[in-house]
Amino acid sequence: MPIENNRLTSDQYQENFSDIHPPFETKEAALTEANRCLFCYDAPCMKSCPTSINVPKFIKQITTDNVKGSAHTIFESNILGAGCSRVCPVEKLCEGACVYNLMDETPIHIAKLQRYSTEMALEKKWPLFIRKPSNGKKVAIVGAGPAGLSCAHVLSREGIDVTVYEKESKGGGLMTYGIAAYKVTPAFCEEEVNYILSIGGIEIKYNHELGKNITLEELQKNYDAVYLGFGVGVARQLNIPGEELEGVVDAISFIYDVRTKGYENVPVGDKVAVIGMGMTAIDAATQARRLGAKEVTLVYRRTQEEMPCTEAELDIAMLDECKIIWLAAPKEVIGGGGKVVKLVCSVMKLGEPDASGRRSPVETDETLTLDVDMVIKAAGQIPFTELVNKNSIENANGKIKINNTATNIKGVFAGGDCVNGGREVVDAVQAGKDGAFEILKYFEEL
Amino acid sequence: MADITSNFLGIKSPNPFWLASAPPTDKKINVLRAFEAGWGGVVWKTLGSQVKNVSSRYSAVDYHGSRVMGFNNIELISDRPLDINLKEIVEVLKLFPDRAMVVSLMADNDRKSWHDIIAKVEDTGAHGLELNFGCPHGMTERGMGAAVGQDPEIARMVVEWVMEKATIPVITKLTPNVHSVVPTGKAAVEAGTSALSLINTIQSVTGINLDTLVPNPYVAGKSVFGGYCGPAVKPIALKFLTTIAQDATTSKVPVSGIGGISTWKDAVEFMLLGASNVQVCTAAMKHGFRIVEDMCEGLNNWMDEKGFKTLDDFIGKSVNKIVHWEDLDINYHHIAQIDQTKCIHCGLCYIACEDTSHQSINLDFGKPYNTYTIKDEECVGCNLCELVCPVENCITMVEHRVAPEYVNWIDYQKLGLPLNDH
Ligand SMILES: Cc1cc2nc3c(=O)[nH]c(=O)nc-3n(C[C@H](O)[C@H](O)[C@H](O)COP(=O)(O)OP(=O)(O)OC[C@H]3O[C@@H](n4cnc5c(N)ncnc54)[C@H](O)[C@@H]3O)c2cc1C
Ligand SMILES: Cc1cc2nc3c(=O)[nH]c(=O)nc-3n(C[C@H](O)[C@H](O)[C@H](O)COP(=O)(O)O)c2cc1C
Ligand code: SF4
Repeated sequence: MPIENNRLTSDQYQENFSDIHPPFETKEAALTEANRCLFCYDAPCMKSCPTSINVPKFIKQITTDNVKGSAHTIFESNILGAGCSRVCPVEKLCEGACVYNLMDETPIHIAKLQRYSTEMALEKKWPLFIRKPSNGKKVAIVGAGPAGLSCAHVLSREGIDVTVYEKESKGGGLMTYGIAAYKVTPAFCEEEVNYILSIGGIEIKYNHELGKNITLEELQKNYDAVYLGFGVGVARQLNIPGEELEGVVDAISFIYDVRTKGYENVPVGDKVAVIGMGMTAIDAATQARRLGAKEVTLVYRRTQEEMPCTEAELDIAMLDECKIIWLAAPKEVIGGGGKVVKLVCSVMKLGEPDASGRRSPVETDETLTLDVDMVIKAAGQIPFTELVNKNSIENANGKIKINNTATNIKGVFAGGDCVNGGREVVDAVQAGKDGAFEILKYFEEL
Repeated sequence: MADITSNFLGIKSPNPFWLASAPPTDKKINVLRAFEAGWGGVVWKTLGSQVKNVSSRYSAVDYHGSRVMGFNNIELISDRPLDINLKEIVEVLKLFPDRAMVVSLMADNDRKSWHDIIAKVEDTGAHGLELNFGCPHGMTERGMGAAVGQDPEIARMVVEWVMEKATIPVITKLTPNVHSVVPTGKAAVEAGTSALSLINTIQSVTGINLDTLVPNPYVAGKSVFGGYCGPAVKPIALKFLTTIAQDATTSKVPVSGIGGISTWKDAVEFMLLGASNVQVCTAAMKHGFRIVEDMCEGLNNWMDEKGFKTLDDFIGKSVNKIVHWEDLDINYHHIAQIDQTKCIHCGLCYIACEDTSHQSINLDFGKPYNTYTIKDEECVGCNLCELVCPVENCITMVEHRVAPEYVNWIDYQKLGLPLNDH
């Protein structure tokens, strides 16, 4: 049972990784959907968007042939509105709150309409924002992910000169390196980053890593404020015997390869076990299938009730014929010739609810064993604990502690995954905005 | 099964649905298709002196994703040779003897022209004539169409000429491009017309192309006022119809109702306000002749449900329900009520009342769903919230009379009762 690449033809790869939620093909289709919108007042969809996009307004603007205005409405609240329209788990956000749900009607396809307006803006390169003249203030941002870019755009609009330090060679953060390839393509991510930068006043220094080529002291010295948006790192260790065997991989690195190396160059096993039931686990499982793995099994400690992914994501995995084993926790990876051959799991049962109200799983005496040749670890990501500790940034297990986006260090702010430990793109965008507003306030009070 | 056969001035048809004089009734091929589809009758496209049409000819108003809410045309009367039209009318009559065949006419403004064309049309065996005093464009410049309908004395004169000659029933079609249709209607009745029909189209500009800045419809960089019709004009047509049905002179003759009729429901409304039958143009032009199927079935089912056996059982039944404002009962009051089990929290009632009416709806903030309740003491009972609510019967207006007795405005003043307390 080998781990191999090049399992499919290039046509098969193309098909497997094509856009999972295709856009409206015609203006008429978009208009028909837009006209279905009731134009709610104090709209539940808007209140359920972490960036508070004025959804009824941007949809109304599509119906009046004011797509430019529509795109402006979206970007005003969320400069990554184009990316969000492809990656947001809308069933638990805006679309989940659409009042049509209460009529047992299909909710408005808000994300699809958002994609309609924003992609037109990207394609036509509409200059929707004009930067105020430079006011001489300089801000350094660490990380060109959603949090960093969103912060940068708000600051630049206000005339601040922004320099972004990014350790990778491309912008977008996990948009570019983490999110499933059938949601966003590298080309799209690049287009989105370029669109954001087109306002001017933002310089990205690629291949610059905090803690390696640059230090926080330098940034503090050379800039009037610093914003940290460096996200979180690789997947959590399982801490079980056999974790070091060949064939045990980390989901983040696995997906990074899918996003950067070309599909045919990413090896997968015949029988793959994925540990976890979050967004990352689902993405790893489905993409392993789409790369040609014959059998993929998701292993999760709890039940469907407690799973962190949405029903819609679970559906994607099920449609990709991934198997799911609930109430199973990895206990040991068994090897043969240094390579993975089996995964042994403890069978779990649900105990009493914990502080967060989730019922925590309790080990039973039973075990189950899966024949596998690859194990993908996707049970949460690890924050950059060492980096933050070294710089004496107050944190909780590596997650930066903030007070209204300000860290314990004067003039240093933070937001996004590096603070919340890993949520959605849209949360990071809002965190970037919040950070920018705090920095502007900080400058006023200086 | 109710009886939906119609008898208009002795002209019988299997149902009260006729096609109005317009392109759908312009040629034998159209009319045969209409009769095959089940239409009760037609008013043949207006015949008269030779004309020439331009291109383009139509434009429309769309609303919120619905096409052709209002329709507009700048066509003239039939542009086909008179003898071809007459020959085809004879042929159709032979093939469908059970359908109503009325021929619309617009002759030059002299007695002889009218007498000549009437003689020719009567030779076809047609059942009736309709006088087109309504076309608002193209023909008016030559003193015809609306130019006749807008001047009661000219209309009276033309009807008199017609009645000297005609041996079959004559319907006079009125233009809505007037302050009131009653004076011309009255003149026509006094001059002997057998019936009235209304409305013809309303002069309009439907819109402007925002790239070329030329209004629609476009004719070589220019446009012209056109005639408006379709669903948008129905309320205006119903109002004009009511004034005819309520006038002592004009109510003596039967009326054929026209203007924005698309469904059996629209037709019933016209008939409740006094129309003996109805004519349809735009709805057929938008959907084709097949719409008549549901018009017949829907009418039939409604009549059965309400216990009406023939059309005469309900024609005119709503005419006396429209009164003068002074006759309304001021002691009647109703208050909006929101059914919380049906409410979808869209907030449309709230914002309409708060911004533009009487601030009578309470908002309790919730995430994501707010709760909306009516402030009974503030509500004036205007209906706005009920009208904008997207859920049927979620907001209902519940009667709360101020006092049991009927009091109208005149009595109210006499009694010195209090004026607005809001
Ligand atoms: C597999 C996977 C799938 C996901 N799918 C979705 C999805 O479908 N929808 C959704 O909304 N969210 C999804 N997410 C979550 C989402 O990607 C993140 O919440 C979001 O990208 C966080 O943005 P951020 O800017 O805080 O961090 P990141 O996107 O992680 O950006 C951080 C940036 O900082 C850079 N950086 C890191 N360390 C340093 C350093 N020391 N010096 C300089 N630069 C540094 C990184 O290279 C990166 O560019 C997914 C996440 C994963 C892992
Ligand atoms: C394209 C077009 C041409 C018309 N031509 C005539 C006509 O020749 N004679 C006439 O009396 N009315 C004519 N009308 C008016 C219609 O007969 C009818 O009165 C009017 O359209 C209102 O009915 P509707 O709302 O059902 O269309 C025409 C209407 C249209 C749309
Ligand atoms: S009826 Fe009118 S005044 Fe009363 S609540 Fe509704 S909108 Fe407001």
